[in-house]
Amino acid sequence: MQLSTLAQLRRDQAEKRSVVRSVDLKNGDETLLYPFEDTGNSELLEAARIAARNDRSGTVELPGGARFLQVFNPPLRMLIVGAVHIAQALVPMATLAGYAVTVIDPRRAFGTLERFPGVTLLDDWPDDAMATLAPDHRTAVVTLTHDPKLDDPALQVALRSDAFYVGSLGSTRTHAKRLERLAKAGLGEAELARIHAPLGLDIGARSPAEIAVSAMAQITAALRKGERS
Amino acid sequence: MSGDNDMTMRGTEDVLTQAEAWKAAGRQVALATVISTWGSAPRPAGSQLAVDDAMNMAGSVSGGCVEGAVIEAANAVMKSGKPAMLEFGVSNEEAWEVGLACGGRIQVFVEALG
Repeated sequence: MQLSTLAQLRRDQAEKRSVVRSVDLKNGDETLLYPFEDTGNSELLEAARIAARNDRSGTVELPGGARFLQVFNPPLRMLIVGAVHIAQALVPMATLAGYAVTVIDPRRAFGTLERFPGVTLLDDWPDDAMATLAPDHRTAVVTLTHDPKLDDPALQVALRSDAFYVGSLGSTRTHAKRLERLAKAGLGEAELARIHAPLGLDIGARSPAEIAVSAMAQITAALRKGERS
Repeated sequence: MSGDNDMTMRGTEDVLTQAEAWKAAGRQVALATVISTWGSAPRPAGSQLAVDDAMNMAGSVSGGCVEGAVIEAANAVMKSGKPAMLEFGVSNEEAWEVGLACGGRIQVFVEALG
């Protein structure tokens, strides 16, 4: 590895870019690939895209010889708006799945530390918090409050960000009203279509823990299969 | 969880940070990287071990089973500057002696940092 490559990797990490180091195993020649920024469709870039999406470094055989693809992804983050009951179930699941979780709720009584041990709690207003946290392509955003005053401002930031997943709790009817409000606020059709709502995969979830499971499964599908519905 | 997380930045990053520090201190450094695994290999592809010319180590490629042999190869790579490919596993007599007790097979790519 060249020192200049390592320096570039450092800069990329600071900028939260996904980068794949491709090494020619015959001679050690290396190049850095940006699979989610470079829109090319070479075999190498496609392989890098799959490797990055799966967080899986490995060797690929290409016409030009074997290449080792080493994945450097920014850490996964989950931003949850609403320190509610479902959040209590979703936080430990997301933590186990490797996410650094932040719970945002300006209602102080909700976001008590005992209910969310070991998690970053912010009592800022959701749009401020979201703007500061700047969701990137390794960030999932989930709103759980049902309260337009809290959910909507967060969604407005999330839908204009690179977040790989945006989900919002609420029935089909609640969601229809939400879409009307957000459209009035100036969000376009494509942006609104990114919201996963009702939240989670349809597995008949009833309890908060089950809803958290269905949300976690949907988030995982978005991450690993690149489904940005 | 540990498997995948080892492959994202955190684990690798510490190794590279150490490697960079050694290099900045004027030492020679080699990086060994697991590039392929078969069967129940102890560390996933992407796992790295950094070695300096004073035999200091950071990270691992096998959880200790084959590190000795890797360090030997790393020394040669530091001197020659040419990368090397190593393979350890039950199919390899020598590697059997070095001992991947889990019965897996791994390929390790060793290159100089420079």
